Amino acid sequence: MSDVLAVIDHRRGQLRDVSYELITAGADLADAMGGTLALAVISGDVDQFAETLDRDGIDTIYTVDHGEEFNHDVYVQSIEALYDELAPTALLMPNSVNGLDYAPAIAERLGMPLVTDAIELSYDETLTVTREMYGSKVETTVTVSEEPFAVTVRGSEWAKAEGTGGATIEPFEVSVDESAMRSTVTGFEEVGGGDVDITDADVLVSVGRGIEEEENIELVERLADALGATLSSSRPIVDNGWLPKNRQVGQSGKVVTPDVYIAIGISGAVQHVAGMKGSETIVAINTDPDAPIFDIADYGIIGDLFDVVPALIAEFDE
Amino acid sequence: MKVLVAVKEVATVEEGFELDGTTIDDRYLEYDLNEWDDYAIETGVQLAEADDDIEVVSVSIGPERAEETIRMALAKGVDRAIRVWDDTLAEAELLDVRTKAELFEAVIEAEAPDMVLTGVQAHDDSFGATGVAVAEAAGFGHAAVVNALDLDADAGTAHVRRELEGGVEELTDVELPAVLTIQTGINEPRYASLRGIRMAQRKEIDVQTLEDLGLDAAIVDSPIELTAMYEPESESNVELFDGDADAAAGNLATLLREKGVGAE
Ligand SMILES: Cc1cc2nc3c(=O)[nH]c(=O)nc-3n(C[C@H](O)[C@H](O)[C@H](O)COP(=O)(O)OP(=O)(O)OC[C@H]3O[C@@H](n4cnc5c(N)ncnc54)[C@H](O)[C@@H]3O)c2cc1C
Repeated sequence: MSDVLAVIDHRRGQLRDVSYELITAGADLADAMGGTLALAVISGDVDQFAETLDRDGIDTIYTVDHGEEFNHDVYVQSIEALYDELAPTALLMPNSVNGLDYAPAIAERLGMPLVTDAIELSYDETLTVTREMYGSKVETTVTVSEEPFAVTVRGSEWAKAEGTGGATIEPFEVSVDESAMRSTVTGFEEVGGGDVDITDADVLVSVGRGIEEEENIELVERLADALGATLSSSRPIVDNGWLPKNRQVGQSGKVVTPDVYIAIGISGAVQHVAGMKGSETIVAINTDPDAPIFDIADYGIIGDLFDVVPALIAEFDE
Repeated sequence: MKVLVAVKEVATVEEGFELDGTTIDDRYLEYDLNEWDDYAIETGVQLAEADDDIEVVSVSIGPERAEETIRMALAKGVDRAIRVWDDTLAEAELLDVRTKAELFEAVIEAEAPDMVLTGVQAHDDSFGATGVAVAEAAGFGHAAVVNALDLDADAGTAHVRRELEGGVEELTDVELPAVLTIQTGINEPRYASLRGIRMAQRKEIDVQTLEDLGLDAAIVDSPIELTAMYEPESESNVELFDGDADAAAGNLATLLREKGVGAE
């Protein structure tokens, strides 16, 4: 048998979107491999999760009812137990922050080769994974000539599974060895509140590392003022303390969907794009014609922001 | 107490690069310290500054060229540096996660650190997997994507924050020994001082081969093969405003006004 086991992602009582995408990726892979797809739902309200997840293409949904929140030790032990029982050929996991916290550990424990952050999978006797390198500047394919193997998949690359399936839901007992648990989650905190809510803005002027120096932030502030826009940024600007956390767009910041998003000196890394790709109109100003931001921009200027931004301010200040 | 910091030299790709088979032509590569590792180094150095009993040792897997980057780590305050490399590693097409975990595990066995710090990911191949795989291989605890650390050395606990998606942070206690993968923004990495740079030039970098680490050449064998590299097919139909800055800005301004931007 060449079966696929996909591990579901959830957080604080909610299934995360990538879970439905994993079903699609897993069902396609199982098809290509001539096997079936099983899901592992570990911790939280597993019965309710399993019912919600029962969409087309799933054979069995295994539920491991242990604890409320994600803990990587519980995940590793549960997946190991499921693996011993089911012997799947492929282990699919999300390339989420929690995925990154257990996928390498379980692959290492089971001695499997691991490829992370897949954006495409195909199988024809061997697995081929498409993934990006160098901040999305190039795409690569890698083949994996050993089975079983483990793969993590990038969010938003596969469509969400639909329909109502007829999967068997099967509770799976794992006797979690508490003495092997080396970490404890003590709480959660929402960060990035404050005076401005960039998710409310109709127009965002967003600044990235191309601005070079803290004192240059004033330049994009002036542009935002001239346009009646709100100022947001990519991560390095916040990491450097040049703007507060509530201005950060992206995976670990805010997801924004303004009418117009103007990316200035932002390369368009996947974690940034995750936060702004839903914008109605995207404008990019960047010196590098290969910058991935131009792949998703509607309008662009290949040029130096220190020339273009003052010229743009002048247009609106007249 | 000992803190091991994994330091990788990575290549960034310059504008107008060209591909050469499954690699990028070396002319377009610029080598530098991995951004995430800079924050891991700073984390380690700050721990050592706060506590005289803490030694910070960097470990790198990489060719001689990487010594420039390793010296940057020394100049920033790392006490000593280990570089793992030999002909077998140099000839390997690709060092996969399992191979790296074996290499780091061997160094961990020799050094017996209490804490290992790595970056969340390397900018070049963006696997984001080495740190957590190393923890599993070494039997250490771990936490991935850490953006705050409060070490209680006496209790043997690292109180950390893990940065999840969407502005949510998870507060976690991890028992030592542990591997933490460090996220950018956790601190403000320092610039090396001139004095630091001078001192770093004089320091010995301890080069370890597979044999020194008691490892077999077979650990570099990988079932993972890089078969193609290409520029992503752009699905974009971006409309570019050409001309000099004034002309381009003028056309962009017209477009923005059409979209209702800047209207009082
Ligand atoms: C777990 C995780 C979570 C993350 N979360 C986020 C997130 O929420 N948000 C986020 O943004 N990133 C996030 N990142 C970081 C992300 O991977 C990138 O490092 C980051 O987005 C890069 O920001 P940037 O585009 O401003 O900088 P760079 O990638 O350095 O790009 C700078 C750009 O400026 C251009 N430029 C330089 N000079 C000029 C000039 N004079 N004129 C015009 N253009 C110029 C360059 O050509 C380049 O394209 C995350 C990473 C990880 C691993």
